Amino acid sequence: MKSEIEHKAYMVPNPVTPNEAIQFDEERCTACNICVHVCRTDVLMPSPEKGKPPILLYPDECWYCGVCVEDCPEPGSIAMIHPMHQTVVVNWKRKDTGKTYRLGMKNPPEPNDTPPAR
Amino acid sequence: MNSWLGLVKSASGLPSWPYPVRYDTLRVIESDVLVLGGGIAGSHAAINAARMGAKVVVTDKGPTVRSGSGGAGVDHWQLACTNPCSRLSPDEVAHAVHESLSGYDCGALRYIHCTESWDTLLDCENMGVQIRDLNDEFVGADFRDSKTKLMFAYDYVNRHTIRVHGHNMKRRLYKEMKRLGVKIHDRVMMTRLLTEHGKPGNRVLGAMGVNTRTGEFYVFKAKATVMAMARVERLWSFVSELSGAASNFMDPNNCGDGLAMGWHAGAEFAMTEQSQPGGGPYQYIPYGVGNSDNSWHGTPIVDARGKEVPWVNRDNLEISDVQNRFRPADDQLFTLCNGITSRGRKTYMDKGGTPSGFPAHYKYAWNVLVPDLPERIKKGEFTLPLYSDLTSLPYQERRAIFGLMVGNEGKTRIPVYETYTKAGFDPEKDMLQVPLMPLQGYTNMNMWAGVPPPYLRAFGGGGLLVDWRLATNLPGLYAAGSSVFGGGAHASAASSGRYVGRQAAAHAVNVQTINVESSQVDNERKRVFGRLRRNGGYIGWKELNIGIARVMQDYCGALRNEESLKIGGEILEQIKESELQQAFVNNPHELAHILECESLITVGHMVMEASLARKASSTHMGYSRSDYPDIDPPEWDKLVAVQRLNETTRARRIPLNYHLQEPYASTYEENYKRYAVKHKVS
Repeated sequence: MKSEIEHKAYMVPNPVTPNEAIQFDEERCTACNICVHVCRTDVLMPSPEKGKPPILLYPDECWYCGVCVEDCPEPGSIAMIHPMHQTVVVNWKRKDTGKTYRLGMKNPPEPNDTPPAR
Repeated sequence: MNSWLGLVKSASGLPSWPYPVRYDTLRVIESDVLVLGGGIAGSHAAINAARMGAKVVVTDKGPTVRSGSGGAGVDHWQLACTNPCSRLSPDEVAHAVHESLSGYDCGALRYIHCTESWDTLLDCENMGVQIRDLNDEFVGADFRDSKTKLMFAYDYVNRHTIRVHGHNMKRRLYKEMKRLGVKIHDRVMMTRLLTEHGKPGNRVLGAMGVNTRTGEFYVFKAKATVMAMARVERLWSFVSELSGAASNFMDPNNCGDGLAMGWHAGAEFAMTEQSQPGGGPYQYIPYGVGNSDNSWHGTPIVDARGKEVPWVNRDNLEISDVQNRFRPADDQLFTLCNGITSRGRKTYMDKGGTPSGFPAHYKYAWNVLVPDLPERIKKGEFTLPLYSDLTSLPYQERRAIFGLMVGNEGKTRIPVYETYTKAGFDPEKDMLQVPLMPLQGYTNMNMWAGVPPPYLRAFGGGGLLVDWRLATNLPGLYAAGSSVFGGGAHASAASSGRYVGRQAAAHAVNVQTINVESSQVDNERKRVFGRLRRNGGYIGWKELNIGIARVMQDYCGALRNEESLKIGGEILEQIKESELQQAFVNNPHELAHILECESLITVGHMVMEASLARKASSTHMGYSRSDYPDIDPPEWDKLVAVQRLNETTRARRIPLNYHLQEPYASTYEENYKRYAVKHKVS
């Protein structure tokens, strides 16, 4: 038990909401900063550490347009996370089974890999 | 400063701003044509001015490659009346739109839209945007023309609106601007127009602005200036805590900076008193819950037991066949669809009307879900929750709605299409739930809007008053897109930008000198950087914005009178001297937000002045006057134009069809022939 808990606390302001509009996969991100460049509200700042993903400085200014994800040259590096008060009510019902699913549920159904029309 | 921020600052524990900070730098840039705002309208304006041989500069608060309300994509192209499959003429559609909006629209801009829309789309195709079913995914579909491979939306008979694969639209426009040598200055927030002798009401000589990353100050001198900046969000409603900057539907950079610049320079505006209920942080993911509107138009809505909600035509007669949802009624000429403007529908709801869909006008009304759906739910005819049932549509309709339109529309390709399919949503098998909300929410097919709190409003169609050249009252200042009253929506912005780019280039040829008054520049630098105080105040930009919005909610709401508007105007003035002087700024980004708050104050003031000038209650403007309770008296069936000169507001009434009266010709075609500048192919 002892080893799993970080016995350190910090004096910081309450988290800005929405908390994490954008998440990076550090393994995939090449720190090219294209996402920094295409964001209309400057939600992201280049990291002071070379080679690291951008810093999510202003999540409360995210417009949730998804352009950072779409324009990323390394697919899978960035995920856009809708605010929870919206995802929690996005649900759908499979017509033949009657089973319901929800965006953000623990065990989601298999991904549907059909691309948009081309 | 006994704040946490002060503590960390004093301990030097804060990371530095990642960009160089140069508040002292002044950059002067000259061009023939200066385009303010690099969104859809501004990009087309820049491209067309450059094709005419002009030296063009574009400024944008964001990144031009993706900025503007159309920057994230587009799925349908409105009123392409001259496309080879269209059954309608620009003239009859321009008349129809004017009639549908009861005349509260810019007739000149609408005709330019109807007449250049298809050519503008062909321009986009030449730049590499896909506008046809090139991969034959939709062969045989009712909405597809086999010869041209064009695909239509909403009215499959008359074929005026085209489905497009426009997710990369802005990237292609950007590339074309670069190819033509247009100079682009991103992250520059424009703050004031430059005028001859530094006085309002005079010729426009360019504009000034500040870089939102570096704080550098810019002076752009130009022979002709195109205003292509957007309208205003965040005026009545600003709550970032719930949904970030998505608390309002449109681009959060839209703070009315352009409106404020025009007001300070003495430009004349129309319809700025128009607003409608709407907005607010409690709406659902746009296009991301069960609904049947816009991109999703025609999607069947079923109840919890699988019973389908009927569709009706303009006479409230049930439509039995799915295919007839996309056709006018037997005795109807054609239907107009939503997206032409963002207004209309909600204004109609405000006066107690229930039919969902736009426009509300009978003659060209499109097909909708039964308008009394809330009552039917209440009586138990339908059991909540409802669902959007794409599965029961024919394959090609389903694929066109979800795969093509949701897959390409702005703010849906990643936020809805990719996010939902990755999470397992499959339109072949699944029904997307409509939110559970107060019954009022089901009057609108656009169910992701939810039910906005009654005190929140959205700015309507107000903008610059223009002539047939899309020129304003200020020589040298032109306007396109939603900066024009009644303007807005993708194809309208694009077409008017294309037209005005040629006008501005032609104007610039005849201008010899630009003599900018240095005192105007000095005063503006003092104003802009006066907000930077080392031992700054106590109020940040967000609290300022929310405070300004509260004044608008209370003093300029659905019910107004002379007293409320005068007190509200005084409070806005006072804020400039009190709270605004106590604003703190940590970096150029926050400086821009404080300047935006000043724009909001100015636009709020303009809205109140126009509301004072219209001494009548108006359903078209979306509010009532308790001191003038008669609704829509005929003598006020006019545009109210307002202008600020010498600290005084001037207001006048203008006929709704001023664009077809002296000094203009009496027909759309004749005016277009008389005033349009011929297109030049580079």
